[in-house]
Amino acid sequence: MLSYALQRVGLALVILFVVMLAMYGMVFLVPGDPASVALGPRAKPALKALLTERMGLDQPVLVQIWRFFSNTLHGDLGVDVWSKRPVLDQIAEAFPHTLILGLVALGWALVLGIALGVISVVYQGRWVDRVLGVISVGFISVPSFVVAIYLLLIFAVWLHWLPAIGAGKPGDVISQIKALILPSLAVGIGWVGYLARMVRASMLEIMGANHVRTARAFGLPERRVVLRYALRLAIVPTISVIAMGLGSILSSAVFVETVFSRPGLGTLITGAVFKRNYPVVMGTVLVTTAFYLLVITAADLLIAKLDPRVRDALAD
Amino acid sequence: MPWPTSPRALKALLADPMGAMGLVLVSLFVVMALAAPILAPYDPLALNVRAKLQGISFAHWLGTDQLGRDTLSRLIFGARTALSISLTATGLAGAIGLLLGLIAGYGPRWLDAGLVLTLDSVNALPMMMLALAIITVIGPGTFTLILVVVLVSIPSYARLIRAQTLSLRRAEFILAERAIGASTFRILLRHLLPNVLGPLVIVLSMDIPVVIMLEAGLSYLNLGVKPPTPSWGNVLYDGYSSIRTSPTLVIAAGAPLVLATLGFTFLGEGLRDALDPRLASTRPR
Amino acid sequence: MKAPLLEITDLSVAYQTDTGPVTALRGANLVARAGEVIGIVGESGCGKSTLAAAVMNLLPATAKVTAGAVRFLGEDILTLAPQAQRALRGTAMAMIFQDPMTAFSPVLTMGDHLVDFQHQSPASYRDKLARARDQLALVGLSDPDVILRRYPHQLSGGMRQRVAIAAALLMNPQVLVADEPTTALDVTTEAQILHLLRNLRQTYQGTIVVISHHLGVVAELCDRVYVMYAGQVVEQALVDDLFHAARHPYTRALLACDPASFTNPTPVLPTIPGRLPDLRDPPKGCSFAARCALRSARCTVAPPWAQVSPSHWVLCHEVGV
Repeated sequence: MLSYALQRVGLALVILFVVMLAMYGMVFLVPGDPASVALGPRAKPALKALLTERMGLDQPVLVQIWRFFSNTLHGDLGVDVWSKRPVLDQIAEAFPHTLILGLVALGWALVLGIALGVISVVYQGRWVDRVLGVISVGFISVPSFVVAIYLLLIFAVWLHWLPAIGAGKPGDVISQIKALILPSLAVGIGWVGYLARMVRASMLEIMGANHVRTARAFGLPERRVVLRYALRLAIVPTISVIAMGLGSILSSAVFVETVFSRPGLGTLITGAVFKRNYPVVMGTVLVTTAFYLLVITAADLLIAKLDPRVRDALAD
Repeated sequence: MPWPTSPRALKALLADPMGAMGLVLVSLFVVMALAAPILAPYDPLALNVRAKLQGISFAHWLGTDQLGRDTLSRLIFGARTALSISLTATGLAGAIGLLLGLIAGYGPRWLDAGLVLTLDSVNALPMMMLALAIITVIGPGTFTLILVVVLVSIPSYARLIRAQTLSLRRAEFILAERAIGASTFRILLRHLLPNVLGPLVIVLSMDIPVVIMLEAGLSYLNLGVKPPTPSWGNVLYDGYSSIRTSPTLVIAAGAPLVLATLGFTFLGEGLRDALDPRLASTRPR
Repeated sequence: MKAPLLEITDLSVAYQTDTGPVTALRGANLVARAGEVIGIVGESGCGKSTLAAAVMNLLPATAKVTAGAVRFLGEDILTLAPQAQRALRGTAMAMIFQDPMTAFSPVLTMGDHLVDFQHQSPASYRDKLARARDQLALVGLSDPDVILRRYPHQLSGGMRQRVAIAAALLMNPQVLVADEPTTALDVTTEAQILHLLRNLRQTYQGTIVVISHHLGVVAELCDRVYVMYAGQVVEQALVDDLFHAARHPYTRALLACDPASFTNPTPVLPTIPGRLPDLRDPPKGCSFAARCALRSARCTVAPPWAQVSPSHWVLCHEVGV
């Protein structure tokens, strides 16, 4: 188990390294001097000079890369070219908003998705099951920002039930919750479909499996059969899917935050893209990637702990 | 696995209501894209500021936008944008992914390791983040859009092909070919390729709606195709801007996006179920 | 003669399918006493697995018992409440399944399983573990402590089947049902398991019911044999009588087809011509008539049980006493 853990963490670190290299190096790959690339061809020369000096873009490449890495590891992600605020501060401000959005969306999706999945299993083969199947596919395919806009239209503009803009007043939890409802629904809806299908498939497969039959043959009460023999096995692929899904949740968040004018990483990065504010863009991407890798690695380790076959398979 | 366009596959596809509906919707949009100049009642770029933000009327079936352009025409041409970009990008990504996957699966170990590391790194970035980073550096535009989509999509195809190649590499018929001295190229082309193409085609078709969404999303943020080129995303943004004053625009703009993604997804699902019952979705029949 | 432990009387079971009810079992009768090993032999689809499932009350939801009774120690277990039925499983009656590969949960150790299976016992965890250890030693596994900590995928098929047998014996059941216990194993392992089961007879005091489509297995292990065809029992006899003096045309044909019985080389392997009857609409007369060499006009009527000897009965018109 330990060697597996070390392997996975090591791999995550290597990938992070490669991503950092790529992010920083991207500026050099594109023709033109780095400052122009980062700030756009029409930036004022004074601004370009400022960036060049701040980011040390006039120094030899290897020196730059070294500085970049050591700075990042010390938590210095550079400085916003326009506002002069440290990038890390901006990200630290925005991150919790996106995190909450993602977690609540995942929460919605888990509750609804598992519920629908279980209903499909109970009514398997009947019209409820078929309809839910089509709805699941429907949920999966519709783009989250379209859902966001329609929700905004119906609930905020027409019905005035929920706010259209912002994250609520700080300190006022009720307003914050109200402001969370529509965006999290938009982000989570694709996941409802996905999870419903997965739960249905897993449960059907496992409930009919031979080891469940064995457990029943020894008179084990149904509750224990479902929890210890069925669910414990079904959980493993679910964890994997959820971890992977974090990436798509983050992507959806970019749009949904924009639609609802919520603060968060999505708003931060889109604003930065428009202003050609490369340090902010790069910083956001790196932080997001690091977080994503963390979650995936943790999920992998959790799965290895739960399913002994994974541990042994990687031993060879 | 039977080839996707074999008569047996088509029959199975049409028998399934979801697959049939998907096929109908997709055909509708393909026709729309191809015949846009003929179908659209107005020039999508034609400005008519006096007629701005009108609702549904006889003259303008879906109303107009802030600059008086006919919404219906813009949406019809938007289909052209959406399909041309998604099909091009997906095809390109598929081809490159195929090549990389074959090399990774069949080539030397070190090459495989290097490629896998690169692919995993690209995968580690959430799709939109990577897209936005690239756009910052290169600048928005149609070329960037296609580049971004291709880069983001390649890893999943490459991994699929790699996995297939790896498992087929040890297959007996491949070993037999090597035993009689067939060249690597010949093995790749005549034996590996036909066997890995099947699953790839299915995955490609399932990815098209994702790419359509990506294009629309980026265009919505004004980071995609350059306006005034009509794109569903652009029109949606215009609708969003005037959501309180003229909801018609926003409702109309969202519709083709929803229908297109639904259609392609249904088609993809139906195709997968028809071709390989083992991969059959959990959806009951 | 001792009172039977297990007595199946006129049992009929039908499955609900999309195309209508399928009669898997028709009027099956079976008696098993303590100390006996009973064999049920027949080809795929003859109803033997349904019979085993019925005994254990493990029939799927789509199956319905349309007639008959299954008596354990005199009491019809089919009429018991579900709680009571469940209480019998694993304690009074235990089953060994066909496929050791999938019989155990991959995320639990063998020890976890074996302790779980003793759930009806009030003993402490340590005691249960100790008992599990003892049972593993009894089935010929050296290093039982190691096995207890292992996961299923870390053991070979033969070892898993041994554990399955040990598990079945944990609570001292009076009826042990072995459903195709060696079918999924390779020949060498099969021989080992059969050896184990034969040795078991010396210490085990209940009754063992062995189900198999393999005549050799039945010949090795059993005292008495029931032959099944198309949902019915067609012949029952002591094992020697069955293999040397079978009277039912189906049994005789089955024995003739077994390559183990050939003495001379033959260019063509014998088969039984025809097909199984459609169990959605079971034949009113003899089920085997359509494929039988001895068929006559009488066979359109359901055949009676003809007695060949006190322990040898045949379901056939053509067998005189």
